[in-house]
Amino acid sequence: MNTEVATTRTITYRQALNETLRAELERDDKVFLIGEEIGIFEGSYKITVGLLEDFGPDRVIDAPIAEEGFVGAALGAAMLGMRPVVEIMTINFSLIAIDQIVNHAAKMRSMFAGQVSIPLVIRMPGGGGQQLAATHSQNLEVWYAHIPGLKVVAPSTPADAKALLTAAIRDDDPVIFLENLSLYSAKGEVPNDEQVAEIGKAAVVKTGTDLTIVSYSRGTTTALEVARQLEAEGLSIEVVDLRSLRPLDRDTICASVKKTGHAVVFEDDWLSYGIGAEISATIGEGVFDFLDAPVRRVAAAEVPLPYAKSLEKAALPSAADLARVVREVLNISSTPNDK
Amino acid sequence: MAAKARTRPESTVESTGGEPADTLRDYYEQMSLVRAFELRSSEMYARAKIGGYCHLNLGEEATVVGLMAAIEARDYLFTGYRDHGYALLRGLSPERVMAELFGKVTGVSGGRGGSMHLFDAETRLFGGYGIVGGQIPPATGAALALKNQEVAGPDAAAVMCLLGDGTTNIGAFHESLNLAGLWKLPIVYVIVNNGLGMGTTVEKASAEPDLYKRGASYRMPGVRVDGDDVLAVRDAARDALQQARESRQPVLLEVMCYRLRGHSVVDPARYRSSEDTTIAQQSDPVPSFRAKLISAGVLSETDAAAIDEAADVRVSEAVVFADESPEPDVDDLFKYVYATAVANMPTALAGEPVMDAL
Ligand SMILES: Cc1ncc(C[n+]2csc(CCOP(=O)(O)OP(=O)(O)O)c2C)c(N)n1
Ligand SMILES: [Mg+2]
Repeated sequence: MNTEVATTRTITYRQALNETLRAELERDDKVFLIGEEIGIFEGSYKITVGLLEDFGPDRVIDAPIAEEGFVGAALGAAMLGMRPVVEIMTINFSLIAIDQIVNHAAKMRSMFAGQVSIPLVIRMPGGGGQQLAATHSQNLEVWYAHIPGLKVVAPSTPADAKALLTAAIRDDDPVIFLENLSLYSAKGEVPNDEQVAEIGKAAVVKTGTDLTIVSYSRGTTTALEVARQLEAEGLSIEVVDLRSLRPLDRDTICASVKKTGHAVVFEDDWLSYGIGAEISATIGEGVFDFLDAPVRRVAAAEVPLPYAKSLEKAALPSAADLARVVREVLNISSTPNDK
Repeated sequence: MAAKARTRPESTVESTGGEPADTLRDYYEQMSLVRAFELRSSEMYARAKIGGYCHLNLGEEATVVGLMAAIEARDYLFTGYRDHGYALLRGLSPERVMAELFGKVTGVSGGRGGSMHLFDAETRLFGGYGIVGGQIPPATGAALALKNQEVAGPDAAAVMCLLGDGTTNIGAFHESLNLAGLWKLPIVYVIVNNGLGMGTTVEKASAEPDLYKRGASYRMPGVRVDGDDVLAVRDAARDALQQARESRQPVLLEVMCYRLRGHSVVDPARYRSSEDTTIAQQSDPVPSFRAKLISAGVLSETDAAAIDEAADVRVSEAVVFADESPEPDVDDLFKYVYATAVANMPTALAGEPVMDAL
């Protein structure tokens, strides 16, 4: 790589998404965007700013509030070789489209013996913590991660947002692209040149020797924060960022835990049957003999998320919860600021 | 790119007139209360007393008052998330509504629902719902229950289900209207057509932009009324409710109004043309109803000012109450998850171990 000129810029996750959508719209005229309020309104979370103006209403389509209809329509267009990138305003509203996603998009290639493929991307943010109450704060990633035929990615940094979105758009299968409300304004270094990630690969985003934290999306940001904080106290924490929830990079997870002997999963979804359950099972199966302590999960309390700040805060997993559990797993007595 | 300004389409019904002065005064008081409450909500949001999403009825006051004047205490009300005004006029105290917006335990939904999810079983306000169209199937089911529980007639209860113009494009709307038409349910679906779903105009979202005509597919009478005319709204809604309770004839009522500000308090509505904003301001039902009552001699300028002042004081009291109320107790986090106690209910907080070594 040429190191003479500036090869990266610091931009937000939002901007990385916007620029990637723009680049892909420019590169391939089969790519088009569709979703509610993505054109005139420029996106509920302003991801599509400027795109209607530059690409016109055939390539940036404002859809009525009809998630089942327009997700299914995007799927149909994909069957004929278009490469639609759908924005669903939040993952919560994808439940209205879930039949088209799960019963149709995920099934077609297999059920029709490979005669058709579905180059469809569905982008949507999840996440709680903004007092949006029970119906608007969910982390339903596991619903999609459970489904064969779908690929599910959840980038945690602007650079990964770019590389994974590019890969998702160029992929010939339906890809669920999970964003997070609290990541949109997060900044990070992003390479200027084209980046195409390999879907299905996790990344060790911080190396360490004492314990592995496995996380994804917003959780990885918190995991890194906690790892650095604990580093100052002499603990060496490794952080594995899943990046892809389906397929799951079990080797990277197990290789890390084999080295550290301790694992904690930090996840934003509910505990029972969540992402962490799959990670824990994988670790149990793969590196049981190397574990020095049971795998623990830090997940959301199992309650429809209340609006009130006090209750919301109590229900969601925090950095303090993670730090406390890391210490518990390492059998280190907790410090008062964990509480 | 700004949306084109809307010209108001013709109503299919007219208001009657000849109304007692007391009633008119009453309606103005209610409009003034909703206006004051919403302006203060916006202010409290800016001061971070209110969080999450907050959608206001500003500009829709005549619609809110007209609809709530028509509905009877025995009727059930389902609505979307733009629900503050309806809750107030359903009889809930501004204190309890503001407390909900503040996320306090004294709020109508115990602080758990917030602005979008106001619920009060006692006054049969059966929810505020945040998912577009989410209220329509349950409202239809409530009408199904009423049909089974009661005999049709003037004393029977009915359901009023409110929804926005943008909401008529979701499948749940069409599925539900078909059920109601098919099963002859006592329900009135009211489309509060403020011309916009977030930033999308009706014309850009609905292939048949005369939304009341959508009833035809389900053999349901469709009526359109001027939402700035409180009496016309009330009369049209009463008439529709009467058909629902007496003849089990569901009705689709479209009320034409304007949204004065953005979709929610954080939306600056830059996509909106200045022309459209001007029209919305010119047809603002609160000052125009006020002026009408003054010129008709129903109110003096002093009376009107006193009413506005009283509304403001009322809302100030609500703010004080909300501010001083406690937040819900964290120990009650799991309190309402299930009605029937169940073995092994998960109650772990984040990071708490789910298993002790056996
Ligand atoms: C299923 C679903 N899709 C999208 C949204 C996001 N959303 C909230 S309100 C809204 C616009 C609704 O417009 P309209 O029905 O006209 O009601 P108004 O806000 O004008 O009262 C949208 C798209 C949602 N809450 N639920
Ligand atoms: Mg609307």
